[in-house]
Amino acid sequence: MSVVAPPRVPGRPPLRIGRRVSGVWRPRSMLVAVLGLAATVLAMAVNIGRGEYPISVLEVLGVLFGGGDEVGRFIVLELRLPRSLTGSLVGVAFAISGAIMQAIARNPLASPDIIGINAGAGAAAVGVIVLGGTYGAVSGLVAVVGVPVAALAGGLLTATLIYLLAYRKGIEGYRLVLIGIGINAVCVSVTSWLLIVADVTDAGRAVVWLNGSLNARGWEHVAPVGLALLVLVPAALLLAFVLGALQFNDDTARGLGIRVNGARTALLLVAVALASVAVASAGPIVFVALVAPQLALRLVGSSRPPLLASATVGAALTVTADLIARTAFGATALPVGIVTAVLGAPFLLYLLARGNREVRV
Amino acid sequence: MTTTSELDSATGQQAAADRAGPVRLRAEHVRLAYSELVVAEDLDFEVLDGAITAVIGPNGCGKSTLLRALGRLMRTSAGQVLLDGKRIERLPTREVAKVLGMLPQSPIAPEGLTVADLVSRGRHPHQAWYRQWSSTDQDVVAEALSWTGMLDLAERPVDRLSGGQKQRAWISMVLAQGTDLLLLDEPTTFLDLAHQVDTLDLIERLHTETGRTVVMVLHDLNLAARYAQRLVAMRDGAIVASGTPTDVLTADLLSDVFELDARVITDPVAATPLVVPVGHRHREQPPHPTST
Repeated sequence: MSVVAPPRVPGRPPLRIGRRVSGVWRPRSMLVAVLGLAATVLAMAVNIGRGEYPISVLEVLGVLFGGGDEVGRFIVLELRLPRSLTGSLVGVAFAISGAIMQAIARNPLASPDIIGINAGAGAAAVGVIVLGGTYGAVSGLVAVVGVPVAALAGGLLTATLIYLLAYRKGIEGYRLVLIGIGINAVCVSVTSWLLIVADVTDAGRAVVWLNGSLNARGWEHVAPVGLALLVLVPAALLLAFVLGALQFNDDTARGLGIRVNGARTALLLVAVALASVAVASAGPIVFVALVAPQLALRLVGSSRPPLLASATVGAALTVTADLIARTAFGATALPVGIVTAVLGAPFLLYLLARGNREVRV
Repeated sequence: MTTTSELDSATGQQAAADRAGPVRLRAEHVRLAYSELVVAEDLDFEVLDGAITAVIGPNGCGKSTLLRALGRLMRTSAGQVLLDGKRIERLPTREVAKVLGMLPQSPIAPEGLTVADLVSRGRHPHQAWYRQWSSTDQDVVAEALSWTGMLDLAERPVDRLSGGQKQRAWISMVLAQGTDLLLLDEPTTFLDLAHQVDTLDLIERLHTETGRTVVMVLHDLNLAARYAQRLVAMRDGAIVASGTPTDVLTADLLSDVFELDARVITDPVAATPLVVPVGHRHREQPPHPTST
């Protein structure tokens, strides 16, 4: 089998940097990622411009790219940017988390918001709000450290539980989803119970938090999620190298020289950490993790959710939802999670109605 | 081959078996079990280098399990599988993947994955996160695709291929892996006869033109006899017979291993053994004079 000049492989143009670094050039994936980024910046600009003191989109963009007067800079950078920035970072985290889990389980329903990771993180956080006692009166340390840490721990704990219950000589997508839905129900019940036994003030705060809120986010909220993403996103992109092969059944993946259990555990850990960090920062905003990767997948036309494109689509989605939540209902500003739920629920129904080809439950 | 006499063919097969090099992959006294269920005990198996070996046997006899153990897809609960003299489970799985290619039974491709992307996954053991599409990768994948005749379908999603094309795509993937040893678990399942022959022709070409060693599990005894130089018959987790198709495929063995009443005649095309089942309605008739 000696072919002198082997023909190029159709559909896989190479992208080479130097002699050692190489990949496949996928223009459509890149385009969707860039468009998602542009949409995010635009939605952020509009979102920042809206408020008691309206600022035009161009002015906001001017400030964001280093211009503007002092008052504009103060309002945009100090008062309003943290909210939108938290929103977009949280969107990125949820979307990458969803993309990884959907790819591993070969099932779009295996998103952290469907299989109970968000709910588990939420239940733990509500537990701290309600049982911590002091939150209603003192918002200091417990609010900034206690709630996020509890959410993180809750998310990881829930994921471990789901993994152990779903593991049977490997992980199968449908079992992961079914057990996840069960765990989700348990976590929701625990949260309801906590809300019933709670003091009214605590319960009120917990409910707002539970709906996923970006209200009153300052730079102190941006920093933790930003730092976490700085570690987790590169980790996800590195591990994504094995994600393609993990989409096969376990025997095929092992045959290709992948330590299936190790690789999958590492990827799940990153995905759960991303979702938990996002929940810790803005509450369990639902459906972003489900919808963003599936939207990106359809826009790119690939066989698994593309991570970068999912990330920017998730950011754009979250900030847009926040914009709608704040401005579409007059004086009443809704928590962003209600808007994502209203937008996301029909999408879930669409996925289920599409039948057995992708959603195998 | 059509004019070759039975004798020539038999000696030809024997010669092929003799030509075979040293054993690179072997199972020694292995015990194969799925938790409580013991499939095989104290099993020995050697893969003849440079030959096509077909493992035959009734459903549930442990053929696929043996293949999975040889391909380090399952651990042996006793005994050992040796690849080039080293215990296979101690070798880094990536290094094994550069020597040993494995095609599981009816593998699943994710929806929307193109043939080119599927075949490129075969390069995984040779890649790193920063080196995912080197010029070598590209050349090997292009060669594998053109070799199996899938280059024109490279951009089509695997789920839109016919059964035969799908199997070609998967074979291209293990081919792109660039291994000397290939383990194929029922590569012809769910294919009609024409595509079974087509797939086995491809595997035979792989063997003759690139010198790859092939071990495959096959259900069709006549095709196994036609395409393999060595047959291994299993029953209840034990190897009952192994050798050239002429040695292994006898009426006695068929009744012993498969509990099948059959005559074995000579394949008029390839001069290999041909199994003709008797069945209930013809059982009373006197044996045909030319039967063995």
